[in-house]
Parts: sequence; C-alpha cells; structure tokens
Amino acid sequence: MILSEIADNLSLEIKTEGVDLGREVTGGYVSDLISDVIGNAHEGFIWVTFQVHLNIVAAASLKNLAGIILVRNRIPDEETLKRASEEKIPIMVTPLPAFEVVGRLYDLGLRCQ
Amino acid sequence: MISNTEGTFFLTGKDFVNAGKASSRLKKVLENLGLPPGIIRRASIAAFEAEMNTSIYAVAGIMHYYITPETIRVEIKDMGPGIEDIALALTEGYSTAPDYIREMGFGSGMGLPNIKKNTDSLTITSAVGEGTTLDFVINLTGTSEGAEHDTERNC
Amino acid sequence: MTLHEITSMLGAVLLSGTDDLDIIVEQAYCADLMSDVLYCSVSNSLLITHLTNAQVIRTAHIADLKAVVFCEDKKPDAVTINLAEKKGIPLLLTGLSMFDACGLLYEKGLRGCLILKTNDLEY
Ligand SMILES: Nc1ncnc2c1ncn2[C@@H]1O[C@H](COP(=O)(O)OP(=O)(O)OP(=O)(O)O)[C@@H](O)[C@H]1O
Ligand SMILES: [Mg+2]
Repeated sequence: MILSEIADNLSLEIKTEGVDLGREVTGGYVSDLISDVIGNAHEGFIWVTFQVHLNIVAAASLKNLAGIILVRNRIPDEETLKRASEEKIPIMVTPLPAFEVVGRLYDLGLRCQ
Repeated sequence: MISNTEGTFFLTGKDFVNAGKASSRLKKVLENLGLPPGIIRRASIAAFEAEMNTSIYAVAGIMHYYITPETIRVEIKDMGPGIEDIALALTEGYSTAPDYIREMGFGSGMGLPNIKKNTDSLTITSAVGEGTTLDFVINLTGTSEGAEHDTERNC
Repeated sequence: MTLHEITSMLGAVLLSGTDDLDIIVEQAYCADLMSDVLYCSVSNSLLITHLTNAQVIRTAHIADLKAVVFCEDKKPDAVTINLAEKKGIPLLLTGLSMFDACGLLYEKGLRGCLILKTNDLEY
C-alpha cells in the first residue's frame, strides 16, 4: 500500500510540501516516545503519534520511516514542519485519536510485526 | 449537605514515584464527601496536572484544598523557577520539558490547558526565580456535573 | 468488551488488580503522554501504553480508567504493580506491539474514546 492511498483512505491532511507520497508503506508503529521509535520502528513504517517535538523528524529520518501521522489535530510548530520538508518526511494530520487511526491502518492490512 | 473540609499536602520536586500521590488522596477526600463522579474526575485531573508540574519544574510545593457546599477550591503553590509568560504557558502544545521528562510520559504541553478545561476559574500567579501559584475553583452548585466542562465530550 | 475477552485476544497475562475478568471496558485510548490521556480519555476505558512507571497507574486512577495494557512484553517493576494492586487497577501484559494490539482490538470491535466536536470526522 502506498502513502497516498493511506492518506486518501483516512482523509489525512498533508502538512509538508515536496514530499514523496508514492512511497510503499511496509508497516505501522504507534508511540509517543522518541527513543522507542528509534529502537523499534522499521524502515518504510508509518508512525502514528501525538508527539510533536522537533526530534520526531530526526527519528523518522534516522529510521527512514515512510511518514508521520499526528493524531487529534496536533499542530507541529513551523520549525518542525520546515525541518520535515527539508528531510522529506511527510507529516499528516487527523482529528482521530491514535487508537482509531491504528485500527483503520490495521484494517487496511498494515502490521507492525 | 457537604460540611466545610480542608487540608494540606506537601509536595516534593523530582520525586517521580510519589508525584501524584497528593491528588490521589484529594480524590479520596472528594469520594468520601459523596460528590458526583464527574466533579471528582475534573477536580482530580486538575490537581494532578498541577502536582505533576510542581514535581517536574519546582523544588517543592504545597497543595491546599478547601471544600464548601458551593465550591472545591485548590491552591498549589511551589518554590521553583516560575513562569515568565503565563499566556504562552497556557497554549496547547507549549512545553519546556526536557527530553527525559518526555520519555517519562509528560511534556506534551497539555497540562495547563487541561486544568483550564476542567475548572470553573483558574488564577495563575508567578514570579521568575521564586515560584508559581495556581488557584482553581470548581463550582458545586448550578451546573450539576458541569455541562460545559463535560470532560467526556469536549476533547 | 470484557477483560477476559481482551486478555485472550492479546494473549496477555494478568499482572495484578482483580479476579474479576468480567469487568467491561467501553472504549480504548492508546498513548504514552499522560496529559493527553487525561485530556481526552473517558472514564471506564482501557489504556494501552508503552510506559510502565507509577505515573501510568496514577493517571489511570485519576481518570477512572478501567484497566491498563502494557505492550512488547515490557513488564512494570514491583513498585508499579503494587500501586496498581492498591488502587485496584487491573494490569495486562502482552508480547504484541502497541500497533498490533490496538489493531486487533479494533478489528474485534473495540473503539477509541469518542471525539464529539462538530467539525471532526464522524465515526
Ligand atoms: N509550576 C511550574 N513552574 C515552572 N514552570 C511551569 C510550571 N508549570 C508549568 N510551567 C511551564 O509551562 C509549560 C506548560 O505547562 P503544561 O503543564 O501545560 O505542559 P508540560 O508540563 O510541558 O507538559 P504536560 O503537562 O503535557 O505533561 C511547561 O513546559 C513549563 O515551561
Ligand atoms: Mg504539565
């Protein structure tokens, strides 16, 4: 499944410009702890979180994640969005809480293990 | 009829095993008074967020509660760095918490907004380098469970 | 959904808190930031988290949550378990990732704490 299909399916609002939405998503991860994501998420995963600290971009970039979904309409600051655009990390926003987002991604066939 | 009840808890900074204990005890007090669950939940959440802030940012503090038939009033006063810009601190998402606090499950910048959401009045006074005092009130009359504060609905 | 059903779906073990697995949880909330839980979760719901410190139990107690699920076989220490015991909060431990645990529970019909703001998505 590619990122743009997921974005359409969940009506995600794309917050970053010039990012690759044609990328294949290989799995999903949900966590608000940056160290946990660095330790356990895998390349190509989509990351669901309420965390907006600037370090989310560095973590996603380090692990070569496919993108970040921010839940509950969480708004990252300008600096985070700018860095995400530079690092080509798609950031998408939804009003849904994490449990609902994960449920829908799971329905679409994404897994973590 | 609720009789006037008051009490004080001492709060210690950076003691993360016990942080939250005072709010837990306050919750017990409110339960013993037989207040409605929605009111108890709102007061406990507000007290807990304030107590966590004292624990994270300050050296020590005091929580004082005063309950009458009309209101629950809680004052949390700390000795700590103080807040320079209170309006900014009240903004959703604003946080100066360090990395290790974020890894402990705090520092999302939702604490003060949550206190505001759950209380009928909130006053914050602060002096940089001295400390911060939060004073909040929850009304027990009029709105029975606090309609516009229904924590179950307005997130 | 009962705790009993949740336990068997997640292949979880019960660490503390109750003999009564017929307790019903109405909704679920998945998060590692406790102020987010306190802001948005509703009473009687299930918390699913990575964190295992005492603050998780305090948060569950303050917000009237029904039970807590720890993921990825991250077992809380004795202090946390004792506190949960004292507060009567059932703790479950599963080897599943938080993503798969939430996905499975969703698939079986559990839903996230409701957002009822008019401009939000319906669900
Ligand atoms: N008692 C205090 N003393 C000094 N600074 C404080 C105090 N309480 C809050 N602040 C400041 O206000 C900011 C916002 O506080 P708030 O409780 O809303 O969020 P947080 O504590 O950063 O994160 P969260 O509450 O979501 O875990 C804090 O990051 C801190 O800078
Ligand atoms: Mg706080």
